[in-house]
Amino acid sequence: MLRKRIIPCLDVRDGKVTKGINFAGNRDIADPVELAKFYSDNGADELVFYDITASAEGRKLFTDVLSVVASTVFIPLTVGGGIRTLGDFDRVLKCGADKVSVNSGAISDKTLIRRAAERYGSQCVVISADVSLIGGKYTVFGRGGRDDTGMDAIEWIRFCVGEGAGEVVVNSIDTDGVKKGFDLKMLETVCEAVSVPVVASGGAGSCEDFIELFKTLPKVDAGLAASVFHYKEIAVPELKKRLRESGIPVRL
Amino acid sequence: MVAVVDYGVGNLFSLQCSLKAVGTQTVLTSDCDALREAEKIILPGVGAFGDAAAKLRESGLFDAIRREAAAGKPILGICLGMQLLFEKSFEFGEFDGLGLIKGEVRPIAEVIPEGFKIPHIGWNELRFKPHPLFKELREGDCVYFVHSFYGADCPSVIATTDYGAELTAAVADGNVMGCQFHPEKSGKVGLSILRAFCEL
Repeated sequence: MLRKRIIPCLDVRDGKVTKGINFAGNRDIADPVELAKFYSDNGADELVFYDITASAEGRKLFTDVLSVVASTVFIPLTVGGGIRTLGDFDRVLKCGADKVSVNSGAISDKTLIRRAAERYGSQCVVISADVSLIGGKYTVFGRGGRDDTGMDAIEWIRFCVGEGAGEVVVNSIDTDGVKKGFDLKMLETVCEAVSVPVVASGGAGSCEDFIELFKTLPKVDAGLAASVFHYKEIAVPELKKRLRESGIPVRL
Repeated sequence: MVAVVDYGVGNLFSLQCSLKAVGTQTVLTSDCDALREAEKIILPGVGAFGDAAAKLRESGLFDAIRREAAAGKPILGICLGMQLLFEKSFEFGEFDGLGLIKGEVRPIAEVIPEGFKIPHIGWNELRFKPHPLFKELREGDCVYFVHSFYGADCPSVIATTDYGAELTAAVADGNVMGCQFHPEKSGKVGLSILRAFCEL
């Protein structure tokens, strides 16, 4: 039986992982290679690396880090952030990414997913969508959740899968950072709309939230989170143990 | 020295890194002579069967791999590389493979129940027979799969995985071996399989 995947997400800026803002208001950073190895050794099923740098030097640092991670950690790696062209796909795939996640790049260039899927295969192309409920309609946002595109999120995700995206990551803007559980209603709507794997993101605050996610929505394939893992509020081995005790198939 | 066959499909960076991690010297090559000189051969691959088979033929690697297999050299096909070892594939048409493993490659859609997603992506458990490749494997070990086609009608299956149906996960016929999953992406379990191949 296919195992449910647990995916820590690492935001990388200037070659370092940004864990978030700590209570003293300082930006907390970590070494991406060390952190990736820690997660891999502790049962993470996959890692997502998100490039949040804007500068060309930052991009270079990011791919350098990615290469080192890929030669240290032997689990699937997904890379996102600033993917706008096939050249960007090429750049990160050559450095060891297995899957490439597109978000705003797919919104500004509606042909990107099709062209990428034709060249690299659907298994390599992930559509990541930032979604919020606006006036009763699930709406997709661009530019890291800043731009309301006005587009219906479910239609958008369906379009992307039709174009060849092989996996969907849905980030709920409404539950992100709240730590009171995933956006189950929105995720259910997405699961009903597409037949490719769905990765839930946004809202995890405890092991119970993951148990509820997989129990309520058996069609969800994976759960993704960042700071709750980075700050060890949830330890992956403990999470997996709890999931297994709840009858959810996981890799131990 | 292990030769990793480079015929222009797929990303070989991770595979090379994983082989280095198990202490193996590799050469990435599309040269038939290099295959002859290597102690072992790994045939990787992602993408479509027809294209890959055509590329192997154009480069002369098709015959070179068959020749090395006949000479008894250990060969490991990975993912599409495993499927290429089969006699034929029905992925978007009908194509001849290397014919080193009996059987044919068919869509998993033909055997899995409705409601199971295609491709089969993620970590799944291996049900395996004793084989030198699996000497470090334990019951319940999982490996990482990404595929929409599988090896059917094959008498050389040494491991399967359950995805609503029993799918071929690994094959072996003497010196010719293949795994449908990605050992280079399957953590410690995957590395143990690569190490076992390199130590054969």
